[in-house]
Amino acid sequence: MTSYRKDFPILDQQVNGAPLVYLDNAATSQKPRVVIDALSDYYHNYNANVHRAVHALSDQATFAFEQARDRVREFVHATSRNEIIFTRGTTESINLVANCYTGLLQPDDEILISHMEHHSNIVPWQMLAARTKAVLKACDVNSQGDIDLESFANLLSDKTRIVAISHVSNALGTVNPLQQVIEQAHDAGAVVLVDGAQAVPHFDVDVAALDCDFYAFSGHKMYGPTGIGVLYGKEKLLEMLPPWQGGGEMIETVSIDNSTYNTLPYKFEAGTPNIAGAIGLGAAIDYLSGLPRNEIEAMEDDLLRLTVSQLKQIDGVRLIGDPAKRISVVSFLVDGSHPHDVGTLLDQQGIAVRTGHHCAMPLMAQLGIPGTVRASFSLYNSTEDVDRLIAGVRKAVSFI
Amino acid sequence: MNLEDIKETFGFFDSWEDKYRFVIDLGKELPNLDEAHKIPANLVRGCQSQVWLVASYDSQQQQIELVIDSDAHIVRGLISIVLAAYNKQSPDYIAHYDIEALFDELALIQHLSLTRGNGLRAMVARIQQLATSIDELT
Repeated sequence: MTSYRKDFPILDQQVNGAPLVYLDNAATSQKPRVVIDALSDYYHNYNANVHRAVHALSDQATFAFEQARDRVREFVHATSRNEIIFTRGTTESINLVANCYTGLLQPDDEILISHMEHHSNIVPWQMLAARTKAVLKACDVNSQGDIDLESFANLLSDKTRIVAISHVSNALGTVNPLQQVIEQAHDAGAVVLVDGAQAVPHFDVDVAALDCDFYAFSGHKMYGPTGIGVLYGKEKLLEMLPPWQGGGEMIETVSIDNSTYNTLPYKFEAGTPNIAGAIGLGAAIDYLSGLPRNEIEAMEDDLLRLTVSQLKQIDGVRLIGDPAKRISVVSFLVDGSHPHDVGTLLDQQGIAVRTGHHCAMPLMAQLGIPGTVRASFSLYNSTEDVDRLIAGVRKAVSFI
Repeated sequence: MNLEDIKETFGFFDSWEDKYRFVIDLGKELPNLDEAHKIPANLVRGCQSQVWLVASYDSQQQQIELVIDSDAHIVRGLISIVLAAYNKQSPDYIAHYDIEALFDELALIQHLSLTRGNGLRAMVARIQQLATSIDELT
């Protein structure tokens, strides 16, 4: 089995006296050297503002920035580069859509989400509902951690204008049956936004095949830099939506009384964009594209299965959720302790996990728990990491 | 256990394991806050685990009395140390007490620093704020 660990310089370090085991990938992934080098190369050699280039550096920066957009388009299999909007991340992508729909919803229109969503796929819709007097509804999640499709079908109606759903749950790793959800939502006349933050790092996503209307994701969870993300939107929908933020770049002409707006994708990219971030994201996509993604997906699945089966053998450990299809995330609790206790004791052993509600408080409420300990895998993790985690959890259990 | 006993016991420990076992044991000995007091108004914000803090002022003794509880073992242990430092002390003593020096002395800063999500900083800030506004206390 190929090890990719060497591609990630940060992993070569000791934490609390032990070699770092990084299992907090669902929060953010580490960066391969090629991404760090791309950022450094941009700032060292061709930093300049993009577009309207008259000088060489600006021309070079514009070329690299727009090439990154093309990389993203290929990466998610979008039809046109006009469908790829650079944002700060998944959160901003969702906020962009939620804000643009302000003038398009009527009182009593409905927005349908699930109880599984990350707060970033809940709060923007709450705010949109408050602005428009639309109604926000959330379908149930069952105790296995799967979306209750009956609840979803019951809540979906001809009043539903927007369905917003995660591709993969950040707290449980559940892979949602998007094809079915999207088809049903379209039949009801709703548009569908998919929060793909936890999907794109792990498997090939094809927005055209999914037929989703919007797909949001972040660079930093897929080996790219922080502060850069993507909103994919179907071109005709993006054409129809009004701009969100105003400023430079997004305009065609400006007078004091009026402005005309730039074409896609620039209509949604006011101000100087995160040029370095986009170039870094492009480098991350190049890195991923050069790897055997199917093999890596299978390896991550092996690590997940191994972890689940080993955790099950530890007395006092309770796994949270057993979804029909799951990737890269395992959530658990240790009886008689708070997730924070376990996370602290693992940290002492050089093992980085996340503890808490994982920005999914409605899901935790639905499952009746305060939070979980979450270990999440990435392409640089190995069976040694799983062994360390299991030994670490056993030790934590012995302390509590 | 009083502060001197805690300091002395910590002095025996070299490994993080021993320190954490001791902190967890301290937490297990900490009296529980009455369930009736576990209300949102008593929650200390900024803690990953839930931390409830109830304070009162004994005007005769001129002391602040604190009851603090949490749903996490390690945090309960830290609360025991915080209480050993602050409980039943005068507002003036609390306002001027250097808790960072205490954690330094216990060599806890590395492991149990104020910046982690354990809520220590929020707890200490709340206690110090109470010490400077005792009229809020009943």
